[in-house]
Amino acid sequence: MIPAATLPHPPLVFGPLSPELVLVGAGLLVMLIDALRPGNTGRFLASLTFAGIVAAGIAAALLWNWHGPTLVLGGMIAADRYSVFFRLVILVVAAIAVVLSQHYLERSGEYRGEYYALLLFATAGMTLITASADLIMVFLALEILSLSLYLMTGFSFRRLASAEAAMKYFLLGAFSSAFFLFGLALAYGATGTTNLAGIATRLLFTLAPTQPRGVLLPSPALALVAAAFLGIGFAFKVSVVPFHMWTPDAYQGAPTPVTAFMSAGTKVAAFAAFLRVYTVAFGPLTNDWRPILVVLAALTMVVGSVLAIAQRDVKRMLAYSSVAHAGFILTAVAAGTAEGVRDAMFYLAVYAVTIVAAFGIVMLVSVRGERNLSLDDYRGLARRSPFLGGGLAVLLLSMAGIPPTSGFVAKVAVFSAAVRAGFWPLVLVAVLASVVAAFFYLRLIVVMYMREPEVAAAPAGETVLTRLAVGLPVAATVLLGVLPGVLFDVLAHPSVLPLGGFGFGL
Amino acid sequence: MPQLVLFWILAPISIVAAFGMVLARNAVHSALFLIVTFFSLAVAFLALGSPFLFVVQIIVYAGAIMVLFLFVIMLLGVDREESMRERIAGQRWMALLLGLGLLAEVTAAVRLGIGIRTRAAGDFNVLVNHGDNVRALAGVLFNGYFLPFEVTSVLLIVAAVGVILHARRRHGDGGPLDRADAPPGEPLPLEEPGGSTPVDPESAGVSGAAGPVGAAR
Repeated sequence: MIPAATLPHPPLVFGPLSPELVLVGAGLLVMLIDALRPGNTGRFLASLTFAGIVAAGIAAALLWNWHGPTLVLGGMIAADRYSVFFRLVILVVAAIAVVLSQHYLERSGEYRGEYYALLLFATAGMTLITASADLIMVFLALEILSLSLYLMTGFSFRRLASAEAAMKYFLLGAFSSAFFLFGLALAYGATGTTNLAGIATRLLFTLAPTQPRGVLLPSPALALVAAAFLGIGFAFKVSVVPFHMWTPDAYQGAPTPVTAFMSAGTKVAAFAAFLRVYTVAFGPLTNDWRPILVVLAALTMVVGSVLAIAQRDVKRMLAYSSVAHAGFILTAVAAGTAEGVRDAMFYLAVYAVTIVAAFGIVMLVSVRGERNLSLDDYRGLARRSPFLGGGLAVLLLSMAGIPPTSGFVAKVAVFSAAVRAGFWPLVLVAVLASVVAAFFYLRLIVVMYMREPEVAAAPAGETVLTRLAVGLPVAATVLLGVLPGVLFDVLAHPSVLPLGGFGFGL
Repeated sequence: MPQLVLFWILAPISIVAAFGMVLARNAVHSALFLIVTFFSLAVAFLALGSPFLFVVQIIVYAGAIMVLFLFVIMLLGVDREESMRERIAGQRWMALLLGLGLLAEVTAAVRLGIGIRTRAAGDFNVLVNHGDNVRALAGVLFNGYFLPFEVTSVLLIVAAVGVILHARRRHGDGGPLDRADAPPGEPLPLEEPGGSTPVDPESAGVSGAAGPVGAAR
């Protein structure tokens, strides 16, 4: 036996992990209460979940001015403002999703206590991935959020579409995880470390052997293959063409509040990790991965926008539009500059709030379960319910990128980042794709405002809470369109960039 | 030297068994071939100075996972034939071609990236196993990598919750999926604009004009 004292362990600084600890703790509490009080109505657990998310939000906000070490727990967790920003966005999305879910589950009679536990675990996985500074942590967080979402997608298991969506999402997701894991192994093989900053350091030595002594590698070929495989894993999660196949089926089949949650949450979380891994670990290879991302971005925008036109189902249409939006965000990522990262962060925050509210309104129009989802069901919606119709119109205008909404500012920002990086042909494609995309957004607005309603009654069942859950994001969409500086000022600070990125001068 | 002898005995066995696993028509034979592969790999690990991996390989893979495999095979019916018909024309050739391409790419990348050594870089037992393989592994797992180790427990909780969710049904939940609702015979279309999903009994035809959800009209 060796005495315990000879086993060194990294200093146990759990502060930067406090939001995740709160979320997982709340998830365990929800499971415990559900097991001990089987007859509960779900309202109590929903409130508890909401409280847990708010507490995690406070914990995350307090981390904004973290003065301790920047890399904690054996270099696994980065305590930077980059992660705090994304955590807050994800927690806002999760809070809205709880309100929507409570409404949906109560009315459809599908409530099970496990739902809120899964929601909390998924949120914990999403926030954890934004702070992961090691590929192994990125993988584990990715698996936690994916596994929870597979289960939530198939939550209405008596509905065949839900089960089918979960099956497709699970199979393709498992496939992408395998690619990610393969990439992780190759990255370790190429550089001898899974730490993001460590990978960058080793790559620098390889690329510039005049640097101070390090382990010299013959060529970065293996690291390039690793970057490609890790990129495939991320591309699946953020639904980049040609890895988007699961998106429309999963979004359409999942219960609508789950669709709202995952369309916003997964995209933000996976892009946060994508940006961090590519700009920090593979920062020295920026010139190599840029052209690949440019092609993927162009393909994603065009395919997403064109296929969305053909959809008659509103959830499916929004799913394809979310594919197109992944392309717009990728435009900023492909720029490979600090400015591009900032603009992608702005776009993600704006997009997350918009899409979660848009699916929220779709859910309210459905009234109960999965109904009224075709374009025809939206005829005259603005007349039947000015609140829902008007709100959805604002959100659609924002997604189309029409001023004075936040979507317009976000699009201008990502396009200018790409232009400044010299990718004007990509921006040309992006603008054309935006025009195509505007068609189907405006078509829905036309249907809502200029067609005669078939039934005169407004969709029933809105509560004050659900009105707030979709009303506040609509207000934010307009507000950020008029005063984008509020968010840009926050993002302008250099400390908001991922820790260790852009320090290579290449 | 004994390592080399062991390698040349074990490597052909594991490769032949791996081919046998893929090519066997009977699912139980496949599973048994897989066990042979697992065992020969386990012995190879032992020869390389990794007794921990040797034990894990046998207990976890050859033991637990294979029992699970066989259990599922028995549950589904031993003599069930898997349909080998191609559903997408030319898919098999494309898969073979792309697979070979990937193999060539990764091999080339490994060759260029770290080179392929023809002799050992040094004594593994000195370089990696500081004294004792299990102890060295524990040192890595519970010190530098203790956080991933802990986070894995959250992942396992989620998996457990999922199993409970799908296994435990309350009164009034009804049976599992109603197979009668599925469209007959044909495989579901993979993906196309306006792709159709199976008719959903709850939501179809509710709003008067609505047909099947998502069907192109």
